[in-house]
Amino acid sequence: MSAVRLETRALAFGHPGRTLARDVGFTLAAGEALAVLGPNGGGKTTLFRTLLGLLPRHGGEILLDGRALEDWDRRSLARTLGYVPQQHAGYFNFTVREAVLMGRTAHVGLFATPAEADRAAAAEAIEALGIGPLADRIYTRISGGERQLALIARALAQGPRLLVMDEPTASLDFGNQALVLRQIRALAARGIGVIFSTHDPDHALACADRVMLLKDGVLALGAPHEAISPESLERLYGVHVDVVSLPAPLAGSVCVPRLAT
Amino acid sequence: MTGAPAAGASARRTGGRPLWFNLGAALLLAALVLFAMSVGRFPLGPGEILAVVWAKLTGAAAVAPSAAETVIFQVRGPRVAAAIVIGAALAAAGTAYQGMFRNPLVSPDILGVSAGAGLGAVLAIFLSLSVLAIQAFAFAGGIAAVAIVYLVGSSVRGHDPILALILAGVVIGTLLGSCIALLKYLADPYNQLPAITFWLLGSLAAVGSQELGMVTLFVLAALVPMFLLRWRMNLLSLADDEARALGVNTGLLRVVVVCAATLMTATSVAVSGIIGWVGLLIPHAARMLVGPEFSRLLPVAMLLGAGYLLGVDTLARTMARIEVPPGVLTAVIGTPFFVWLLAASRRTW
Repeated sequence: MSAVRLETRALAFGHPGRTLARDVGFTLAAGEALAVLGPNGGGKTTLFRTLLGLLPRHGGEILLDGRALEDWDRRSLARTLGYVPQQHAGYFNFTVREAVLMGRTAHVGLFATPAEADRAAAAEAIEALGIGPLADRIYTRISGGERQLALIARALAQGPRLLVMDEPTASLDFGNQALVLRQIRALAARGIGVIFSTHDPDHALACADRVMLLKDGVLALGAPHEAISPESLERLYGVHVDVVSLPAPLAGSVCVPRLAT
Repeated sequence: MTGAPAAGASARRTGGRPLWFNLGAALLLAALVLFAMSVGRFPLGPGEILAVVWAKLTGAAAVAPSAAETVIFQVRGPRVAAAIVIGAALAAAGTAYQGMFRNPLVSPDILGVSAGAGLGAVLAIFLSLSVLAIQAFAFAGGIAAVAIVYLVGSSVRGHDPILALILAGVVIGTLLGSCIALLKYLADPYNQLPAITFWLLGSLAAVGSQELGMVTLFVLAALVPMFLLRWRMNLLSLADDEARALGVNTGLLRVVVVCAATLMTATSVAVSGIIGWVGLLIPHAARMLVGPEFSRLLPVAMLLGAGYLLGVDTLARTMARIEVPPGVLTAVIGTPFFVWLLAASRRTW
């Protein structure tokens, strides 16, 4: 399994008729976790949909494994680039196992049903996320955190080398957020490149290798402690934020918004 | 891999049941067929029916066809078979549409196939055309309506494609409905209006062996893509983005499903008139029994749909001295059943 890189050059993206950001250039390498921070409506989801080829780009280039994204067919793209959408309740009562098995679509022939190897891959993904006990539960009736893990398992079952995760910690409780962040680290340790968006700069500080701040374009891109500063956060969100280094033996820093006016 | 024994049984489901369901449902359906063949104005015993059918199969038929043979092969047989085929077809189309539109309240006529077929048939009756022409007009009307809806729905950009389709279906269905109303208003109230009303209520009484052959052919043809794509159908119930990111060409898959479901529904409606409820109700019941996984769901839904329409039609022709329109009966039986389903199945879809 060779390392796969995702690269954008002078990328402009947005909705049809409205460009949200221009001149976005970054790379995502295998085994790396890249966090994307930005205000609501700043284009994080739109960027991800563009990277996945779900929206036409407005300019620039997207290169996956050195090839232009539009030269990839849906099937091989799905085997390379996994997608964890913002979680929702789902519509029908599939079991977790059935839902994860859908991740194998790009490996299953058009007229075929999943083979034993596909079931094994789904089971392996379920095990990797530690949700084995949930496998036969109904997907719509498990908790939000459990559902998020199931969605990650589904993306893992795709057998991807890069993962796009849209706000994987949104609307999760504190414990589940930590669980998902730990999974992002574990995925990167497996050699998968992960790009994820979050609303919490602390999550970027806690588990990303690099951080991209996105507002009308790239505000900052670099190592977490360099990209995330009181100045950059104020430009991003319009509020005063202190970035506080944690005392030993803890490592890293946390962001504290100033509430007094 | 075994799951933890915790959690209520209601929140779990295992995959072992469908075979038993299918076998049991098929046996029940066979019993129902025998019953449906035996009741009516010319009662026949089950033994008598089996003997006549056996004689026919082995070629040992009597020189002159007996009354029983005529009843079995000319009168009741085609009607019973039509109920089975049309019931199964409407249930299959409804199952596919409910999955694809991610909505359990969708029926096969969501894209205007019934309204289009209705307008076609009413127009043919209005023009005093033959029975064959009425069926042809109904079929063409149903297909044309869905084609228009699909074109309108997919030409609007910047909306969720599913939502655009449904809205186009509702709007064009309403337009077709008012065209039907206009033709009814203009129609001759003594000859044409009763025929129109009768057609719109739906009936299997007029289905002969020729119509039966045609419907069966079309329904089987439309089942082929649905069967081949049976696992991939599940992916259509995800959000469009998700399915595409998983490697599905959702646009193409949707066209195939719409074509197959429309072909089934349009041929059924063309010979039987509009029989509602089967395509709405039966997929629910089937999902309650075996869950939403399409390759398991489809055969169960078809068996249930066949049995339901056969039961309703048998009731329709035997419960009173005149025939009760089965389209009315499906609603009378369907409504309370649906309410019960909703109450009993707390979010089962």
